[in-house]
Amino acid sequence: MDFRSGKELLELCVQEQLPISQVMKLREIELQETSEKEVNSKMKKALNIMRNAAYDPIKNEVSSIGGLIGGEAKKLENLRVEGKSLCGGAISKAMAYAMAVLEVNASMGVIVAAPTAGSSGVLPGVLLSLQEEYGLSDDQILEGLYTAGAVGYLLMRNASVSGAQAGCQAEVGSAAAMAAAAAVEMMGGTPDQALSAATGAISNLLGLVCDPVRGLVENPCQNRNAIGAANALINAEQALAGITQLIPFDEMVQAMYHVGRSLPFELRESALGGCAATPTACNMNCPSCT
Amino acid sequence: MTGISLFEVIGPNMVGPSSSHTAGAVSMALLAQKMFQGAIEKVDFTLYGSFAKTYKGHGTDRALLGGIMGYETDDLRIRDSFALAKRTGLKYSFSVSEENDVHPNTADIHITGTDGKRLFVRGVSLGGGKVKIVRLNKIEVEFTGEYSTLIVSQTDRQGVAAHITKSLSDHNVNIAFMRLFREEKGADAYTVVESDEKIPEEALECIKANPYVSDVMLVQV
Repeated sequence: MDFRSGKELLELCVQEQLPISQVMKLREIELQETSEKEVNSKMKKALNIMRNAAYDPIKNEVSSIGGLIGGEAKKLENLRVEGKSLCGGAISKAMAYAMAVLEVNASMGVIVAAPTAGSSGVLPGVLLSLQEEYGLSDDQILEGLYTAGAVGYLLMRNASVSGAQAGCQAEVGSAAAMAAAAAVEMMGGTPDQALSAATGAISNLLGLVCDPVRGLVENPCQNRNAIGAANALINAEQALAGITQLIPFDEMVQAMYHVGRSLPFELRESALGGCAATPTACNMNCPSCT
Repeated sequence: MTGISLFEVIGPNMVGPSSSHTAGAVSMALLAQKMFQGAIEKVDFTLYGSFAKTYKGHGTDRALLGGIMGYETDDLRIRDSFALAKRTGLKYSFSVSEENDVHPNTADIHITGTDGKRLFVRGVSLGGGKVKIVRLNKIEVEFTGEYSTLIVSQTDRQGVAAHITKSLSDHNVNIAFMRLFREEKGADAYTVVESDEKIPEEALECIKANPYVSDVMLVQV
């Protein structure tokens, strides 16, 4: 069982009467000539790592090697616990957890690249927030990870998930698309709605540049993970409400790739443009120009 | 790019902060360590391009050293690899090169064994934690370590390739890819064989029996 596009994936879902998560799981079992048990156990391990990375910095503050971030997740958590969150439960938690994972990443802690290390906060942020807010089981979260995997695979296959190739839209944009589709399936939406949410998530971040200050995976990366998580939830909610996308998923993936390829070198992880090229960032002795 | 695994998308599990500059660095050094197959006295790294400019902020140096000590990409000991190397008496050095006609994320790894044996490996980090080895000692090669990989060091002579394939088929190894890399006709060469499954040690002994084969290295998946 394999698929090369969103269109083929949806056809398989209809033909096999299966959700996206199950199609992706069967594809993996076939591709690796392995068992469902083996695949599930690997995914559980990934979920455990994600959970630790999302929760640890809220209890124990960590500091990054570059020194640009640290303690942000805890601040958000404190505000929410005091009842002062503006965004409310699901979004507030999703952004705190997403930022927490980036703190762990920047301190050489263990994370799951999903699809990349720089965008590793989005998926755990969204999934764990929804689990808490809606009392979802671990099995439902695992299904979400398979669905996210299907979308990420299509982006990797047909476009790019690399900031150096296609900007932050390819990293955080892709992560948001993955998380949006996962959220829809976990909350009872159809495969069609899941891809629709993914499409919206990509389109909202089209053109987002990769411009890490001092070339480090810290700022603005951590904040971008928060926007990626919120973006995923917004698009999942729209899709569940029955709002459809004008542009089909596969065309949006191509649009993202073309936009990415037309970004100048300065805005593709070279630390020569955007935030990285501001006077403040340049005065921090950025290694890209020295 | 068709056979992308789910765990390349949700993964790798890794010590941060960068899949290319940290996880990729671990993987290429781990491959070099496995190829070396012996106790290491000293390792000297040379970094190029983006690796040379940003290695400190990405922990690329700790990651490379961790890989040499046999750590996987998600091993937290990578954080402390300098102290751990010191404790075990492993000597190491890092230098940077201005040379820019190589891939931007390139590292040279010079390994010296306790018995004086030496190995030179040049690795490239391709992004997302994927790597390839592009040079072994004096010869340009290309393999990724994603498959079980057998590297045969040989003199470029007629019949060696046939001997290798026969040795492998006698031990029921199904070859996925096989390539010969050489400097020039009749000189030193490497045959790189990649297989989906583990390659049995007995096959190595059989391959070594050929007079033109000087060494065999094996990296299992």
